[in-house]
Amino acid sequence: MSQVQEFEKAISSSDSVAAFDEHGTSVVKRIQHFLHSTPAAVPLIVLVLAIAVFGVTIGGRFFSSYTLTLILQQIAIVGILGAAQTLVILTAGIDLSIGVIMVISAVIMGNCAVTYGLPTLLAVVIGLAAGGACGLLNGLLVAYMKLPPFIVTLGTWNIVMATNFIYSANETIRDADVDVQAPLLHLFGLNFKVGTAVLTLGVIAMVVLVLILWYVLNHTAWGRHVYAVGDDPEAAKLSGIQTRKVLISVYTLAGLIAAFAAWVSIGRNGSISPSAAVTDYNLQAITATVIGGISLFGGRGSILGTLFGAMIVGVVSMGLNMMGADPQWKVLLTGVLIIGAVAIDQWIRKVSV
Amino acid sequence: MTQEPILTARGLLKRYGRVTALNNCDFDLYPGEILAVIGDNGAGKSTLIKAISGAVIPDEGIIELDGKQVLFKSPIEAREAGIETVYQNLALSPALSIADNMFLGREIRKPGFLGDWLRMLDRPAMEKRARDKLTELGLMTIQNISQAVETLSGGQRQGVAVARAAAFGSKMVIMDEPTAALGVKESRRVLELILDVKKRGLPIVLISHNMPHVFEVADRIHIHRLGRRLCVIDPKQYTMSDAVAFMTGAKLPPEAALAA
Repeated sequence: MSQVQEFEKAISSSDSVAAFDEHGTSVVKRIQHFLHSTPAAVPLIVLVLAIAVFGVTIGGRFFSSYTLTLILQQIAIVGILGAAQTLVILTAGIDLSIGVIMVISAVIMGNCAVTYGLPTLLAVVIGLAAGGACGLLNGLLVAYMKLPPFIVTLGTWNIVMATNFIYSANETIRDADVDVQAPLLHLFGLNFKVGTAVLTLGVIAMVVLVLILWYVLNHTAWGRHVYAVGDDPEAAKLSGIQTRKVLISVYTLAGLIAAFAAWVSIGRNGSISPSAAVTDYNLQAITATVIGGISLFGGRGSILGTLFGAMIVGVVSMGLNMMGADPQWKVLLTGVLIIGAVAIDQWIRKVSV
Repeated sequence: MTQEPILTARGLLKRYGRVTALNNCDFDLYPGEILAVIGDNGAGKSTLIKAISGAVIPDEGIIELDGKQVLFKSPIEAREAGIETVYQNLALSPALSIADNMFLGREIRKPGFLGDWLRMLDRPAMEKRARDKLTELGLMTIQNISQAVETLSGGQRQGVAVARAAAFGSKMVIMDEPTAALGVKESRRVLELILDVKKRGLPIVLISHNMPHVFEVADRIHIHRLGRRLCVIDPKQYTMSDAVAFMTGAKLPPEAALAA
């Protein structure tokens, strides 16, 4: 024990300042702490509420396993893209190019298999490689050129979109051609029935992918590093994490997952259309991620939340559809959800002591 | 001192453009001691410390650890050699748990298939070691090792950072302004922590502006001035105002204390 200085005499030595103890016993504080340690809880609660509300207003028609599994089929692509987006947003970045990477990968897969007549499996590998390469480019620019991710991916978004149109001459590959020449591309469109529930392989792929990523993010060193880099890059670096490698691997993996989403999207859409590049897939993925409670400031949130976030959007749009509401209500409600999710995220962040 | 120093530096030189941050600087750290490094702002303290901890590569000069010459190209290399640094900003990831933070960048994986192929972290092992270390340093009263660091107070965070350094530092621990951001009570706790770490036999380099703290815990005081070691004094033989006077150049240090 060091000798106590004059001005510190008043402090009783038994006082344990740096001890770890429980704080805040009020209910609100406890809720805040719970949400802080369980980031996927908010979207899950919202999802359950949304299902309950629509279930009560619409009735059994909504609650049927057919409807609920139809929702899953509709969100499979956005869910997979959202998983990729989650990785990037966890590092405090953003990937605006993710939607067009998916489209160009689909076009490349289709062209290789149908137009060039390559074996389908090889075409898929080439498509995945193209998506990964786009992601790698993003990663290199972010990690080594130190450009803001928003700017980098805004640039590659345009570059990839234009490349897509130039390369494909905006020619759609027809469903029937794919079916005849490369049925493997339709793999994730395969469905099977369990009672009235209809599940596609795409839906299962989405769930499995999210579970794998959840494992990787929470139970491997790489996953912890992704969080650490997004949380405080300087601290991560001083802790001995190679932040550049983590960033590059994250963007590359995001591109790869986007290319995987391309394969799933071919299964769902049947045909392969380059003009899908104008669809705001990237914004839908960001929406699912944000509603899922992934903090745009990085380092916070659970990828399970993204899955719930995508489901919330799916449930709301299906529910409003069945109620015969103007589709714009869905857009309006999505906007409300986004702002609400970010507001809750800010509140949870203030949890400290 | 009859013992051999654990770390010596001779003739360190570091220039940033036309600014000379280190000018033929020497440094010695002996086993089991707390060496305080003081100096006016801009005297080159942090550059000296960064050179030792691998964050800065000196232009000239040699550093010897345990008699063997070393050249660290990054903080990671210094860390691998057994030199741990507690940075002023602590270098903790607020959203991660205490255990995750302590093992950040050197996680333990599960043995066998789970660890080798699925790269699964061995959470129980990491949490146990983290808890042991915190208990050893008297920081554990109610245990929730999986609590996020951002839910801790400033002193508690400092405690985690010090525990991390003490857990992995095999040769020495460098602490940069460990009490600067803390209140009186928490500073006291951290000073006790520093003495605890010393008791475990690890030498400590303490950089601080707080003279009372320096004079309280330090065994020797390295006074840095104009990019080099001006002198090393024994805090028992000099007063704080002497030290400040040497540091600012208001008073010349005695011949005996002068650095060679």
